[in-house]
Amino acid sequence: MARMKFLCDAERCIECNGCVTACKQEHEVPWGVNRRRVVTLNDGVPGEKSISVACMHCSDAPCMAVCPVDCFYKTSEGVVLHDKDLCIGCGYCFYACPFGAPQFPQDGAFGLRGKMDKCTFCAGGPEADFSAAEFKKYGRNRLAEGKLPACAEMCSTKALLGGDGDVVADIYRNRVLKRGKGSEVWGWGTAYGKPERQPAAKPGAKS
Amino acid sequence: MRKALALAFIAALSFTAAGCGEQQAVTVYKQGQYQGKPDKQPWDNDQFKGDKVAWEKAVKARNHGQNEYARSATN
Repeated sequence: MARMKFLCDAERCIECNGCVTACKQEHEVPWGVNRRRVVTLNDGVPGEKSISVACMHCSDAPCMAVCPVDCFYKTSEGVVLHDKDLCIGCGYCFYACPFGAPQFPQDGAFGLRGKMDKCTFCAGGPEADFSAAEFKKYGRNRLAEGKLPACAEMCSTKALLGGDGDVVADIYRNRVLKRGKGSEVWGWGTAYGKPERQPAAKPGAKS
Repeated sequence: MRKALALAFIAALSFTAAGCGEQQAVTVYKQGQYQGKPDKQPWDNDQFKGDKVAWEKAVKARNHGQNEYARSATN
C-alpha cells in the first residue's frame, strides 16, 4: 500500500462545502475548529477556482520537524497523526504548516488555546481503535473500518479524491485525458449541449 | 593588537563550535515504527482481526469507487 494522499481537482470543485460539513459531522468537531475548508480564488469573478484544503499528510511534514514535544507520528500508510496527550498547544506546527491545517480550539473569556486538532485522514489516533477516548480526541477511525475519509467519499462532483496516492493519481490522470482542456472541460457546451443555429426570422413575422 | 586578535579568534572558535551542536531538524521516518507512539495498524482490530490483505482489499475497492469513469461500461 502506497501513501495515503488527498487530491482536489479545482476544475470540479463547486464550493459546496460538503466536504467541510461531512468532516464536521463525522468527527463532531467543535465550533471554531475546521479540519477542512474550501478556499476560493477570484471569488465572484468568472472563472473562479475553488479548492478543498486540509492536512495534506506531507511526506516530510514540517509540523513533525518543529514540534518541541515530538507529539507527531506517521503511520505506515503515510498518514501524519499526533498524540493529544503530549501536545502542549504551543502553535509551532501552525506556523510551520504551509496549508494552515493545525487548528486550536479557543475556550474561556481569554481565548485560552487548547491542544492542536487537525485532519487525521479519518485514521483516529494512538488510542485503541473504535474506543470512546479515540472518538472524543480525534474523531471516527474510518480507515480502521476499511473506509476512506468521509470528505472525499461523499464529494458530489468527485473533485476531492483521497486514498492510495498511486490510485488517486491514476484516476486524476485518466480524467484529465478524457475531459479535454479549456472550454471543453466544464463549459457551456458540456452543461447544455452545443448551441444550435436558430433559423432567421422572416421579415414581418410575429415573434 | 595581538591580544585583540586572540580574543577575536576565541570568539570565532566558540561560534564555530556552537554550530557543531545543531540538532538535525528533519524527522526520520522509519517504516512501521510510529516514533514511539502506541498506535496500531488499521487492520489490528476486531473488524479485520489482523487480516492485512482483507483490509487492503476493502480500501482498494473504496479507492477505485471514486473513479466514475470506471462505473460506465462505455469508458
